[in-house]
Amino acid sequence: MDISFDLLGNALVSGLLLGGFYASVTIGISISFGMLDIVNIAHPAFILLGSYIAYIMNSNYGFDPILVSIVATPAFYFLGVAIYHVYDVSFERRGDTALRGLAFFFGLLFITEVSLTLIFGVDYRLVDAIYIGPTLHFGVIDLPLRLLVPALVSVAMMGILQLYLSRTFIGRAVQAVAQDPLALRLMAADPSRIKRIAFGLSIATASVAGAILIIIQPIEPSVGRDYIGRIFAICVLGGMGSFAGTLVAAIILGVMENLTATFFGPSWAPAVAFGFLLLTLAFRPSGIFGRA
Amino acid sequence: MKNSIFVLWLIVAALLTFVAARLIDNAYFYFAGYVVLQYIALATAWNILGGYTGYVNFGIPAFIALGAYSTVVLHKLTSLPLIVMMLVGGIVSGLVGVGTGYLTLRLRGTFFSIATLAMAVVMQTLVTNWAFVGGSRGAYIIRPATVQYLGIDYIQYLFLMMLGLCVLTVGVARAIEKSRLGYGFATIRDDELAAEASGVPTLRLKLIATGLSGGFMGMAGAPLPYYVTYLDPASAFSLSYAVNTIAMPLIGGTSSWLGPILGAILLGTLQQVATVTISSALSLLIVGVMLVVFVVAAPKGIIGWFWK
Repeated sequence: MDISFDLLGNALVSGLLLGGFYASVTIGISISFGMLDIVNIAHPAFILLGSYIAYIMNSNYGFDPILVSIVATPAFYFLGVAIYHVYDVSFERRGDTALRGLAFFFGLLFITEVSLTLIFGVDYRLVDAIYIGPTLHFGVIDLPLRLLVPALVSVAMMGILQLYLSRTFIGRAVQAVAQDPLALRLMAADPSRIKRIAFGLSIATASVAGAILIIIQPIEPSVGRDYIGRIFAICVLGGMGSFAGTLVAAIILGVMENLTATFFGPSWAPAVAFGFLLLTLAFRPSGIFGRA
Repeated sequence: MKNSIFVLWLIVAALLTFVAARLIDNAYFYFAGYVVLQYIALATAWNILGGYTGYVNFGIPAFIALGAYSTVVLHKLTSLPLIVMMLVGGIVSGLVGVGTGYLTLRLRGTFFSIATLAMAVVMQTLVTNWAFVGGSRGAYIIRPATVQYLGIDYIQYLFLMMLGLCVLTVGVARAIEKSRLGYGFATIRDDELAAEASGVPTLRLKLIATGLSGGFMGMAGAPLPYYVTYLDPASAFSLSYAVNTIAMPLIGGTSSWLGPILGAILLGTLQQVATVTISSALSLLIVGVMLVVFVVAAPKGIIGWFWK
């Protein structure tokens, strides 16, 4: 194949930025699945909920989508706390997380998606902001702000969460509950409460991730499904719950998807993530950085 | 009850259903009834893996579509009878089930579930890019008006075929329940580590369950192109198949063959009625809400209310 270096370079750079964005959609799963062992397959649905909130506030009042999403994080946090409470009482304490716990999240995914469809229809929606149009040029490399801003917001969010988890008392307790809930209980801390906070945080990230999703691409209620495989692939590949691993895995996936879309056509891109996930699960379930 | 006698009763029930349908003599009844029967077969098939071994398969649309698209391929190349197409569809999706299982069933159960979700998207991408079966434009299948050798309308024939598949899947599911295989499955569901330690060949049993479950789903999907007459990837891989097929056994009760049937008849009929009277999106919402309510409030399903 005749590979043009301009094309290759641009595909690499935009893949890198896309990876930064993927990290933001995955970080919630890195907390809930990677640390707390809760298989929240409904996470993409909450991300879309965030997108639609950004869309309403942007199209009706002209607010900046990212600003709206940051303001909305407390609401998402409490939504997460409420969901974890139901999950904890109904499944974790009964020891029935495998079959019914999974079905519960699957039901939530479906309810959110159908509700969004009933309210907004299946038309593609998008937002308006000053950084969506322009592109920076460095020689032959283009840096669209539409991709650059989300990647920066995403990395900033990861940084803040990492600081929170490593510096504060509650943050350290979250890491502790990920390692050994029993030991935490022996230290007279309540694992349920810590997990509730952590799950709330993971859903709160969905608000910001949703806003940057709608900046990157127009959305309709079922696009969330495309992200299920991506986020779990990144989470597993990144070594479950490690933020640095998540970022690296997200960038690898973003670059691979972009190269595939550039050289083979965009209709093949979704298969990359899922094929990647299947291969990871089959041959390297502990992730690229994990000790196999 | 012996298995042979049970199957005899099943056949009698199926024949009575068909006779009742002939007496009602309304084409719509066959179209609606076909969907309910399809869900009985799907829910029972899903329950062989999900209910008996506790492994959640989210890739139901992939198995259905594998069956459906193998029919599309066979329809284009040959003129085989439908029953052979169903067998081929079943074998193809059974093999894919075993393959996916072989790659992921050695890991924790949740990885298998995520992998099945992923597999559905890979399959959909492959089919969307495969021009021979219509690609993203979809494929048209001309349905014959009647079946000559039986002297009935084709939709009645499809209805009859699906009844036969229901007898087969329910018969197999019940036979498994009371067999060595079924007890093996139950040990996996209750405590896989202990089962493995006591010498139960867990991986082999899980692969058998995945193969059977996937195979029956493929068989249930094989007549789909003749039923819809136009098949495109978006509708063949529709997530509503997945949520229905998972909701039905969980609402009916996963521990016995009766649960999926109860759930499928209840939800299937409810949806047919709601689709006609309200809207199809709302009827799906009802299914989603019922699924969540039941897994939270009634973990044993409907049969749990009667059998303590």
